[in-house]
Amino acid sequence: MEQIELVLADAAENLLPARMQMAVSLGWHIIFVCFGLALPVIVVFTEWRAHRRDDRELHELSRAWAKAMGVLFAAGAVSGTLLSFELGILWPGLMGRFGPVFGFPFVLEGFAFFIEAIFVGVYLFGWDRMSPRAHILSGIPMIVSALAGAFFVISANAWMNNPTGFTMDAEGRVVDAHPVAAMFGPSTWPQWAHMYTAGFMVTGFTVASVYAVGMLRGRRDRYHQVGMLIPLTVASIAAPVQIVIGDWIAGNVARNQPVKLAAMEGLYRTGTGVPLSVGGIYYDDRLRYALEIPWGLSLLVTRNPNGEVVGLEAVAPALRPPVNVVHLAYDSMVGMGSALLALAAWLGYMWWRHRRIPRTVWFLRAVAVSGVAAIIALEGGWITTEVGRQPWIVYNILRTADAVSPAPGLYFGFYAMLAIYVVLTVFTVYVLRRLARTHSTAAPQEIDAPPPGRPDQEDAVR
Amino acid sequence: MTLPAVVLGLMFVGLIAYALFAGADFGAGIWDLLAGGTRRGAQQRDLIEHSIGPVWEANHVWLIFVLVVLWTSFSGAFAAVATTLYIPLTLAAFGMIARGAAFAFRKSITTLGMRRLLGAAFAVSSLITPFFLGAVVGGVASGRVPAGIAAGDVVTSWVNPTSILGGVLAVLVCAYLAAVFLCADARREGPEVLAEQFRARALGTAAVTGAVGLGGFFVLRADAPLLFAGLTGRGLPVIVLSVVAGLVAIALLVLRRYAISRLASGLAVTTILIGWAVAQYPYVLPPYLTIDQAAAPRTTLVATLVALIVGGAILVPALAYLYTLFQSEHAEHAEVGSPQPR
Repeated sequence: MEQIELVLADAAENLLPARMQMAVSLGWHIIFVCFGLALPVIVVFTEWRAHRRDDRELHELSRAWAKAMGVLFAAGAVSGTLLSFELGILWPGLMGRFGPVFGFPFVLEGFAFFIEAIFVGVYLFGWDRMSPRAHILSGIPMIVSALAGAFFVISANAWMNNPTGFTMDAEGRVVDAHPVAAMFGPSTWPQWAHMYTAGFMVTGFTVASVYAVGMLRGRRDRYHQVGMLIPLTVASIAAPVQIVIGDWIAGNVARNQPVKLAAMEGLYRTGTGVPLSVGGIYYDDRLRYALEIPWGLSLLVTRNPNGEVVGLEAVAPALRPPVNVVHLAYDSMVGMGSALLALAAWLGYMWWRHRRIPRTVWFLRAVAVSGVAAIIALEGGWITTEVGRQPWIVYNILRTADAVSPAPGLYFGFYAMLAIYVVLTVFTVYVLRRLARTHSTAAPQEIDAPPPGRPDQEDAVR
Repeated sequence: MTLPAVVLGLMFVGLIAYALFAGADFGAGIWDLLAGGTRRGAQQRDLIEHSIGPVWEANHVWLIFVLVVLWTSFSGAFAAVATTLYIPLTLAAFGMIARGAAFAFRKSITTLGMRRLLGAAFAVSSLITPFFLGAVVGGVASGRVPAGIAAGDVVTSWVNPTSILGGVLAVLVCAYLAAVFLCADARREGPEVLAEQFRARALGTAAVTGAVGLGGFFVLRADAPLLFAGLTGRGLPVIVLSVVAGLVAIALLVLRRYAISRLASGLAVTTILIGWAVAQYPYVLPPYLTIDQAAAPRTTLVATLVALIVGGAILVPALAYLYTLFQSEHAEHAEVGSPQPR
């Protein structure tokens, strides 16, 4: 008995560091996922246009983006490998018990990721070595496997939000697992669409912002203009689509995870004609100082101004997520998303009426910060869905506190990982900045580029 | 064979692929570490970078397979291993991050100091990752991981004679594989002296690995009697095959038949791993949990099996295409560091 108490004490001690470790490593990885989803599409499209129009700037841009894609893919791959260890090391209660139910999409994701890694290698290696047609075709498997891989991982996450596809006996053991059915719960499709579109927004705005900064510094040549306009157009198409998907997913959350929705809005009392609350602080069971849009929330999730929305009071205090974190994260996502939509509308209007980008420097400034805004929106959305699910790791079935590993000393791993990720971030940013400045820098998957630092023999001869 | 054994067997194929391909990558990193000073070792480091550059990511994805098949189809065993052995697993994962990141970024970084730092991170992590993975295998094989979450001792489960033996052997095997692989690459692309250097290293490492392996039998007899009984009993034919393959590989190295020596070396390593599996069959976690006891419900196993077969049918041709593409490119260019058409 004494032994068991000791172990339990450890589990409680481990919960916060384990959650933070998972949050940091996933929050880091998810940015690279976005680039992995959208950058292949943008690169292959640009390369195709370059060949069609025999356009030198487009060739240069697609080459530069392909190299960035290689670096970002490598960074995403290493951080993804750590995640697969962490799932077992930190959350054995989840994997050990429910692995047979929801682990299966990760097997499929293993294949998708493998194919993607192979073809990222082929695509970067094949530059100038294959015919244009063969090279563009070799880019297609990257796009398809990224799309599929995102679906598989999202389906596992969606299962944690809305677990389906199994039955349990009286002791809570899984007795009947249907891993394929578990992949297609109610949250899978909206979550996947939301993530995939987010990938295009993050990638589009971030890449565009790099060239907007260049233009603000006076480099207004065609290379920079096109370099900004292609990704910005992609992101501007994605932004309004994302609003529609956001509405879809909000309705879905209201139906399947009403407490999460209540936390997103800081809503304590179940009621009708509920306003939409923006900002504010939640304490003593009430959201204060918030800007309220009358009937907003009822309209949004029930399509009826007097519709009923469930509040946090529906469950015991111990079963409510940390409201301020979720509400603030959600508002950040919506706020940034709306600002980005406005930017997209600005560009769309000018293009429609005048066939040019806005001439004011404020437009370039807005594009220059849009990448950061998109990443804030991404992280805000991710925090909303993950923290909003708390205290459950498997919604209404398994608590996070019961899934964490009780192994002693687990929290040291968190500090070590923090240090490693700081270094990894510094290097990734440094290498990407170098790639943006000098195009001779090699991507990791290219083999024959001469290592920098030594003079290229060819150049020396010249 | 039962369905669980088939699924676990396929996972084991992934583990063998990881040991052979990623093992050679790790070994290359170890030789990078031992290549000497910046100037003296430059030629060897060039060859290493040239040989493993384009495929390093693909080689390391095999481990992801091993993990996902384990957690889907043998979830309880996976949870037991991941929690009891979380320290070496975390350290191995950190090594993988440092290694992958350093190798990826090294090409894009110009200042010599930074390049040295990244090179060191790459090389040192190539040493520690296989060591800790070998220690994990040693902990499982010597029966130190009971079923249940964090049920074993988080320290002695991997700080013990069998784990140390496993770690040291893993490092040696990686270094040996890389030296043999690099012999052939060096002869094709570099000056003859480079191939001779790696040949000498391959032979030296083979001798050390053999000696450690022989000594290891005494360690196992004392520390892991159940594993020892399995290796010298049911597993003996496989171990004998491994020894024979190893000797043939050495003979081929002596004769400078590098390409065939690669195959014999691969067989020797594969049979060591199979020997371990045969020795501890039918246990996943000897002596606590058998394969059938640890297996997921049948529906999950069937889904996993179908996914592995269909996925493999897509993956293997793609992988073969990748290797052919790079190998043909290697064959076209005579010398390391020669200017490439761009």
